[in-house]
Amino acid sequence: MTATTALPTEERVVRREALHFAVRNPKLVIGFSIVLVLALVALFGPVIWSVAAPNEYVALPMLPPSSEHWFGTTMQGQDVFTQFVYGLRTTFLAGAIGGGIAAVIAMVVGFTAGYRGGMVDEVLSMLTNIVLVIPTLAVLLIINAYLGIRSVGMQALLIGLTSWPWAARAIRAQTFSLRSRDFVDLARLSGVGTPRIIAREIAPNMSSYLFMTFILLFGSSVLIAASLDFIGLGPTEGVSLGLMLQNATQWSALQLGLWWWFVPPGAAITAVVGALYVANVGLDEVFNPKLRET
Amino acid sequence: MSLRVSDLRVHYRTLRGDVKALDGVSFTMDDGEILGLAGESGCGKTTLGKSLIRMDGRMRHVGGTVELDGRELPIGDDRAMNAFRFHEISLIPQYSMSAMNPTRRIGKMVGELLRSRGVPLDRKELESRIGLVGLPREVLDRYPIELSGGQKQRMVMVISTLLDPALLIADEVTSALDVSTQKAVARALLGFRDGGYVKSMLFITHDLALTSHIADTIMVMYAGKLAEKAPAEKLIKAPRHPYTRLLINSLPEIGVRHADRKLTGIPGSPPSLLDPPSGCRFRDRCPLAGDECAEEPPVTEIEPNHFAACWKV
Amino acid sequence: MLKVENVTKVYKVGTFGGRTLTAVDAVSFEVRAGEVVSLIGESGSGKSTIGKMILGLIPMTGGSITVDGVPVKPGKEYYRTVQGVFQDPFSCYNPVFKADRVFQMIKDSYYPSVPGREWTERVHAAIEDVRLNPREVLGKFPHQLSGGQLQRLLIARALLLDLKLLIADEITSMLDASTRIDVLNLLAELKGRGLSVLYVTHDLSLGHYLAERTVVLRDGAVVEMGPTHQVFDNPLHPYTRQLLSSVPRLHAPWEDAAPVETCPYHERGATGGLAEAEPGHFVACARLDECRGEPT
Repeated sequence: MTATTALPTEERVVRREALHFAVRNPKLVIGFSIVLVLALVALFGPVIWSVAAPNEYVALPMLPPSSEHWFGTTMQGQDVFTQFVYGLRTTFLAGAIGGGIAAVIAMVVGFTAGYRGGMVDEVLSMLTNIVLVIPTLAVLLIINAYLGIRSVGMQALLIGLTSWPWAARAIRAQTFSLRSRDFVDLARLSGVGTPRIIAREIAPNMSSYLFMTFILLFGSSVLIAASLDFIGLGPTEGVSLGLMLQNATQWSALQLGLWWWFVPPGAAITAVVGALYVANVGLDEVFNPKLRET
Repeated sequence: MSLRVSDLRVHYRTLRGDVKALDGVSFTMDDGEILGLAGESGCGKTTLGKSLIRMDGRMRHVGGTVELDGRELPIGDDRAMNAFRFHEISLIPQYSMSAMNPTRRIGKMVGELLRSRGVPLDRKELESRIGLVGLPREVLDRYPIELSGGQKQRMVMVISTLLDPALLIADEVTSALDVSTQKAVARALLGFRDGGYVKSMLFITHDLALTSHIADTIMVMYAGKLAEKAPAEKLIKAPRHPYTRLLINSLPEIGVRHADRKLTGIPGSPPSLLDPPSGCRFRDRCPLAGDECAEEPPVTEIEPNHFAACWKV
Repeated sequence: MLKVENVTKVYKVGTFGGRTLTAVDAVSFEVRAGEVVSLIGESGSGKSTIGKMILGLIPMTGGSITVDGVPVKPGKEYYRTVQGVFQDPFSCYNPVFKADRVFQMIKDSYYPSVPGREWTERVHAAIEDVRLNPREVLGKFPHQLSGGQLQRLLIARALLLDLKLLIADEITSMLDASTRIDVLNLLAELKGRGLSVLYVTHDLSLGHYLAERTVVLRDGAVVEMGPTHQVFDNPLHPYTRQLLSSVPRLHAPWEDAAPVETCPYHERGATGGLAEAEPGHFVACARLDECRGEPT
């Protein structure tokens, strides 16, 4: 008796304690700080530091980093730092749109399948599994190659449309277990409709989980976008960190020793994705009392 | 004298401070005695059971001693307690459903468990004990999932008493079972004591009626302290502590109907153990409470073997 | 009032739903207005399934359930008169929100036009009806209240509607002994208002304390039903006898009843339909005349 009543109490205490542990969790604090700093650079960088459009010729080509050109210049005399801050912006945009679209689809599919169960669940689960086993990258390659003019938004949309299945499965499982809780039945007995039950009763109980799902989707969108850019299927106009890497490879920056051309974008992609994953582990520790180090 | 607990204090660490779950409890248990530990949720009965075998991470041994057969138990030291666990003190967990490895046949699992403790498996002895709790010996070749709840509970009972422990702790072992299975499990526990497989037993439950059927002595706890301890029959028939009396009066029994005799509960709820009030902890809910109750009542032996902590007994 | 007739629930189990499992097997009983009926059974007896089917939370496979002649139709109108309270009070409240949100949900669905002040008065009155102090329980999170308080708030919630039938599914099994009896007394008082209560429980002594009539279930089927005193004082089915003898009593030792399996007809499944042994007292035994009154 003691144990059964103690369990839900513990669960609720977690919520109020979450903030307490959040600010004391080094993984979370460090991860989010890195992402935040890079996001601020992406947001304000182009306004503050940019001297010219990112692809414009500004100085002699192949200049090493200096006080004038912080990250040096490219083979074409473009300022690497300007390209970097613009590229960072594109990268965050790809992550936000791609991750956002994937999260929305995952939630709609996951909530519906998990709550409705039965036939609806069977059909949606089958759809999820089909999209899951499609070789995503190959499909993206074909579609991107087919489209002549490609924008950042289109790329993010395609990423979003293909990367939701695992998240949908996870949300479905969570919904499934929450659905059997008595407060859902009580809401039904209060004459509340299904969409409202999902939005007002179930979703708030997994807000931490949904947040973590979005972070992971964001990170993977960034990574997929960078991979597409790198193999030359990125946006046809504009700059992105992946495109910078692609250009650097194309012009043999590595062989010519122009390290300032490819190290910053590569490091930034690694930093964003890595920091997000570290923050995610931190969040997991905050929300899951079993993982907390006391 | 098999077990002697003196002034045991165990606290739970939480963010808001220490919860004084066990606040100075003393009692003794004789060889061959079954002590029924009863009380409502949060009274400290589970904490007491856990303290005697394994404290979880949030529990802290603050004071007091526990002696088993004259030897002091290092209850605050998780490592040092390992030598005693299973050999000297054993536990039947509440949820036996999850206590057995689902991927192993039961017989194989028992063998592995014993080997890890450096004891050879005596198959014959094992089978005779399985017979004692009323299970067929074929259960050893089955997987845990093939057993019903009551069968699992009895199997776990056999496993935890294989090494003839001096003290067996049974924490709410029957509360998840149906009434008819409950009876079989309770009787099997009695059989273990009578057969000498366990020397003494601490039977923790919230069900006073059930306790009264198997325990020799019943100890009622309230808010981290001992309220009353007496031979089972005496405690049921002639309780002295007002809490015990009210508690027994609130239990519906077959034969009692609302239309004929309306039972009443105990108004109010137990105090928070985060910052317990001074004096008697039952004071706020007690119909007899007077001025002297502002001071904490000591546990006194009002009759031989009948202890109560109340100024008004 | 409530009429349950030949209600059956079959679950499809196994891969592709190849096998079936009958959870409730042609159960019929009745709850009259202003009456408490207890539905007693052990785990797996289908008692909670029946409760959920009456509430329309799970569909039935066959049979019919009517309340005042109207078949179960899950939806706003049905829930205006038929409500449920469940076993685990902590799981009935969404832990993210304050406990009094359960009242707000009722207002949003049923009384959106009632002015705020009048609604507050109604809520206070309902809370006082269940012997709670509104000031102590309103505006708190579920974890700040005790199980007994939460369970009583749920009864208060049901009282805000035009309640006719309350399904109380094991509502006291998670409560402590000292508060459990108060919730039971409350249920007993509800019938004074002309309410019908179906009290689903595994605890025979609680059922006996409260109910006018008792229905004993085993493996999804009714084995015995009738006025509570007849079922308890003169149990006819060996299963009822076994159950009764297993209940630990404070002031009496355990008795031993012969297990159900010793009934000579048990193996052959010759339990048969319900036979009326005395007026209103039914037992599922095809050989009632042979066994009658004799301890098996």
